[in-house]
Amino acid sequence: MDRLLFGDNQFFGVNHMSEEKARAQMMRFQDLAAVIDVLDNAYDEGVTSFMCTTHDRIAMVCDHMRSNPQRYKDFQFLPCMPYAHKYANAVTEDGMIGALKRFLPEEGIVNAALRGGMSLARKDIEGITTLLVDAEMKMFTGLNTPVIFLQNVVVDLLLGLDFKAAFRIFADHIKSRYNAEPGFITMNMPKLLDALEEVGIENPIVCSNINKIGFRMCGGFEAYERALDEKKFRAIAMSVFASGAVPPREAIEWICQQPNIQAIVFGASSKTNIRNTKSLVEEFWRIN
Amino acid sequence: MVRLAVVGLGKMGLSHYAMINAHPDVKVEAVCDSTGYVLDVLNKYTGVRTYTDFDVMLRDIELDAVIVATPSRSHGQMVEVALNENLHVFCEKPFCLDVTEGERLARIATERGLVNQVGYHNRFVGAFQEVKRLLDTGAIGAVTHVLAEAYGPVVLKPKGSTWRTQRTEGGGCLYDYAAHPINLVNWYLGAPQSVGGSVLNQIFSKDTEDEVFSTLYYEDGKSAQISVNWSDESYRKMTTKVTIWGTQGRIYADRQECQVYIRDGASIPAGYQRGWNVRYTTDLTEAVWFYLRGEEYSAQLDYFVRCIEEKDGNDNINSFEEAVITDRVMAMMVADAEKRPPVTSGIAPRPAPGKKFGLLFGGRKAVS
Repeated sequence: MDRLLFGDNQFFGVNHMSEEKARAQMMRFQDLAAVIDVLDNAYDEGVTSFMCTTHDRIAMVCDHMRSNPQRYKDFQFLPCMPYAHKYANAVTEDGMIGALKRFLPEEGIVNAALRGGMSLARKDIEGITTLLVDAEMKMFTGLNTPVIFLQNVVVDLLLGLDFKAAFRIFADHIKSRYNAEPGFITMNMPKLLDALEEVGIENPIVCSNINKIGFRMCGGFEAYERALDEKKFRAIAMSVFASGAVPPREAIEWICQQPNIQAIVFGASSKTNIRNTKSLVEEFWRIN
Repeated sequence: MVRLAVVGLGKMGLSHYAMINAHPDVKVEAVCDSTGYVLDVLNKYTGVRTYTDFDVMLRDIELDAVIVATPSRSHGQMVEVALNENLHVFCEKPFCLDVTEGERLARIATERGLVNQVGYHNRFVGAFQEVKRLLDTGAIGAVTHVLAEAYGPVVLKPKGSTWRTQRTEGGGCLYDYAAHPINLVNWYLGAPQSVGGSVLNQIFSKDTEDEVFSTLYYEDGKSAQISVNWSDESYRKMTTKVTIWGTQGRIYADRQECQVYIRDGASIPAGYQRGWNVRYTTDLTEAVWFYLRGEEYSAQLDYFVRCIEEKDGNDNINSFEEAVITDRVMAMMVADAEKRPPVTSGIAPRPAPGKKFGLLFGGRKAVS
């Protein structure tokens, strides 16, 4: 896994500070060329891993990368699934089971229909989970996806429900079907680590907010510090700048001093910002 | 330990269940839903006790509290049974479609000293709380007008057939979306005297409205406007915002930030200055024990639990009594929208261009 990962919030108008800024970003990145431009900037700066939501627009990024294999030979996708709003709005429209059916592959694909239909009937979530994963992964066919993440809304829902078996099902499927590492995004890192340990997922990749001011580090700052110190897992830090509340230099200096951080995920909309973050990380934390 | 059950495992119920189940002071004794499917899956994988019958559940197990997150139309009935069993109740919004029923339940809860809360989570959003604090300190002088809005991409085509798309079940843009900005206005300005100019308009839905507009009138000339649309794809997700004009300034707030303009001569609150001020969610939000979908959702449940522990049913945020004010405003808006417009121009509407020629000659034909 690379030490510096490029995030995609900026491309989809996800901004935890300001709705206005979020909208301005949505306008700017409406054109796929603008997205590719920034990804090119990152790639040319040596930031070649792209941690992205399985949003419909990412499928277009995938098409672009597939059609230029030489240009992007070192490019890696780290898919984060699912894009939750898609499902939430579908539940309002079609109800829980209806929404589920909507996202399962179309009838006619015999294997999928069997897997889905039978598991719906048997109340066996393994078949459904793996089908949903496969549906989300379709856009990445033929591309390099070394780590595949489960999004925090789903991880934390399962965590709260104490539905730990699902973590294991996800992890096993990612390993066997995609020969990739499973990753888990969470807002409750210490609690998740305990749950993953219980279902025997060893040395997991866990991505969570880790920042100097403790923003959205649920379970408390000390619990995070203790986990980084004592637990065996591969930590990815996100929201290092706490949505802009911590100045870049201070934020990177602090995160680079924390133990066991394997990678930092950051978002940026300009070449200058990408370069600045990269050089700060190089200054405080030797990238090999 | 607070012994609790969750009733109704739809979108809200499931997320409440996940959050409250992670609460260190709560033991979820059982969950209840009318459809067996979700229950069976949960029971199979988590071992939680499940019931399809609310009354059987109440007979079977000892509880201190329930979370009611069933379709809105059944809230009243469920809440009444729970209150009669002396249970503390957290109920999803809207509280009761029938205002008289809501008033009666609010009275029962108060008489019995039970904690009663309704899930208007915006009252736990740091930025909206800051607005309340600023208004109470008179930071923008006397309020003259409020604009409260909510937009989002829920119904984007003529389709859908769940309770949430039917007004009679307590679904629709009014109960689902508009309830939130209305509740914020009630929090900031209190109960309005009257409503007018209400528009409950269908865009795509068959059985309910997709956009809601209305004016709320207050006795001293203050007014508020509600502007809500759940068929707006330009929003990534539901976005609620308020703008408040006062004699000494203006406040704008959404979930992320609170922007305040304070005029010279105003009594400026500590930490604020004349002119523009911005407070971000990172400054205004308090940490929660468990995060699923926004601190406010966790915070409201934690507040409910703490009220139970401190045995303080009267100090509730979003009490039944307050939620009834929002229910009543919505009922007033429905009645208002059903009236014909009181002032008309007298000009007959233009006939629609004939369908057959519409494509080629429609425009010209209509003019002639």
